[in-house]
Amino acid sequence: MARMAWFKKERKPRTTERVRLEIPADAWEKCDECGHIDIKERFVAALNVCPNCGYHRRISAQEYIDLLVDEGSWHELDGKLRSADPLSFENYPQRLELARQKAGPLEALRSGYARLDGMPVDLAVMDFAFMGGSMGSVVGEKIARLTRRSAEKDIPLIIVSASGGARMQEGVLSLMQMAKTSVEIARLQQEGVPFISILTNPTTGGVSASFAMQGDVILAEPGAVVGFAGPRVIKQTIGQDLPEGFQTAEFLVEHGMVDAVVPRSELRDTTARLLRHMAGRQPAEAAD
Amino acid sequence: MATHTLEFERPLLELERQIEELKRVAGETAVDVSKEIVPLERKLAELRQEIYRSLTPMQRVQVARHPKRPYTLDYLRTVFTDFVELHGDRLYRDDPAIVGGWARLDGASVMVIGHQKGRDTKENLRRNFGMAHPEGYRKALRLMRLAEKFGAPVVTLVDTPGAYPGLGAEERGQAEAIARNLLEMSGLRTPIVTAVIGEGGSGGALAVGLADRVIMLENSVYSVISPEGCAAILWKDASQRERAAEALKLTAEDLLDLGVIDEIVPEPPGGAHADPEAAAQALEESLRRHVRQLRKLKIEKLLARREEKYLSMGALSEK
Repeated sequence: MARMAWFKKERKPRTTERVRLEIPADAWEKCDECGHIDIKERFVAALNVCPNCGYHRRISAQEYIDLLVDEGSWHELDGKLRSADPLSFENYPQRLELARQKAGPLEALRSGYARLDGMPVDLAVMDFAFMGGSMGSVVGEKIARLTRRSAEKDIPLIIVSASGGARMQEGVLSLMQMAKTSVEIARLQQEGVPFISILTNPTTGGVSASFAMQGDVILAEPGAVVGFAGPRVIKQTIGQDLPEGFQTAEFLVEHGMVDAVVPRSELRDTTARLLRHMAGRQPAEAAD
Repeated sequence: MATHTLEFERPLLELERQIEELKRVAGETAVDVSKEIVPLERKLAELRQEIYRSLTPMQRVQVARHPKRPYTLDYLRTVFTDFVELHGDRLYRDDPAIVGGWARLDGASVMVIGHQKGRDTKENLRRNFGMAHPEGYRKALRLMRLAEKFGAPVVTLVDTPGAYPGLGAEERGQAEAIARNLLEMSGLRTPIVTAVIGEGGSGGALAVGLADRVIMLENSVYSVISPEGCAAILWKDASQRERAAEALKLTAEDLLDLGVIDEIVPEPPGGAHADPEAAAQALEESLRRHVRQLRKLKIEKLLARREEKYLSMGALSEK
């Protein structure tokens, strides 16, 4: 009998219930462009680019900083600059407060210095989440100061733009930030210091009509809408629908307005290679 | 004529009609009506002054857009002499929304560049209501470089609703053209004086308006966005333009307060369109003075001051 016991299988009663794998609802994300549904981690791993169609989602300034600079090398500059509401424009202080809660206290543009592939760089990144990346006095001043720093220290400048244009609530002073930033970038170019402008979705109005289009090299993320007037305004003016793909990064390359469309995953590497070319350095493999 | 009368100018029209009528009667009957006319004319002048003293910001916008207001080509006849118009950007085409060429101010050669609106529908279609395409800004830049080469100051006259937001303009790089001008004007090695003579419409105005001195005619306006556009975006209602015009601080006085312009050029009572000669005289006096002062500066000093001027613009706190 004992031998039989060796064969005998202790039978557990089989449950009919299946164990369900619990995936929380918020683990799934949907692509706004193609409708593709995937787990969030896959979007994140792809730098918020849709794994199916390649649509580049908008990401925060912090995410661009993390993407572009060497780990631990970022030093924020001018983090205390705040707008002074020069026109006493109705609801502006409240709107600023809301924007700070939504996007953080550092305004529509963050600036600082860091290393990119070991090379020192000055980097500014706009944040569309802060009042549509609009340029007022703070954005203009941060760009001007950073550009001055680049010129004085001979450090390449990189600006990542995302903006609907000038900030209405600071009126003509916002407009003058276009002149202010241009004056500094003119000086930078005179000094022969490289400036790479990276355009993300969207870059329009006073930002595209000033520093964003003044780069020695201008790169754009795939699908980014880039232009002077926004698509809605143009549609209204001409009274008809815009052609497919009008004002996209690809359209701009075709019309000779930007140098290249670069996917987010290659942004860091392409920028580094360009900087090496413009600073007269050896390619990364050949360097020590 | 009546169609060119702004709503707030109606009371003036009534008085003008009375005076006309009296004059007509006098002409026909040889009756001396000067006793009646003189007080009426005095009343007209007083009323005009009173109305124009207390214009609301939106009324100023209307004066700045007045279809009888003097435009760039008018001032080229009244303020300047010996104008030779130059055309084209040498890249694509000539943009009639911007005119420019050699002229004399104070007897000396200057390069004058300005937006040009049309006087009637036909001309407005050709000139696109003074809204330039990229080739307009590129023509302007070409002429500025010409001025620099031959050591002549640049005078720009601003009068535009804005840069044109159309398909061709975008295809040919509207943003790039404006950005380029700002960059090049920052370092242009000759004096630049800008006068806003009507509408200073945002980037399309600034594209020829980065200067050593910026002056504004009393009833002109300069803004980052039109009151209609601002109202449509902020309150989804373009009819709130009065409120927007108030909020945007776009009058000459506002801009002087904000440190964006250097001087207000007074207009005759009733605005530049009521007495174009007087407006031209005042503009000429101011332009001459500024050009004369700037000519005396060494070029390095001029450029350093231009840079300082724009670096100081903005309103910030830093705690």
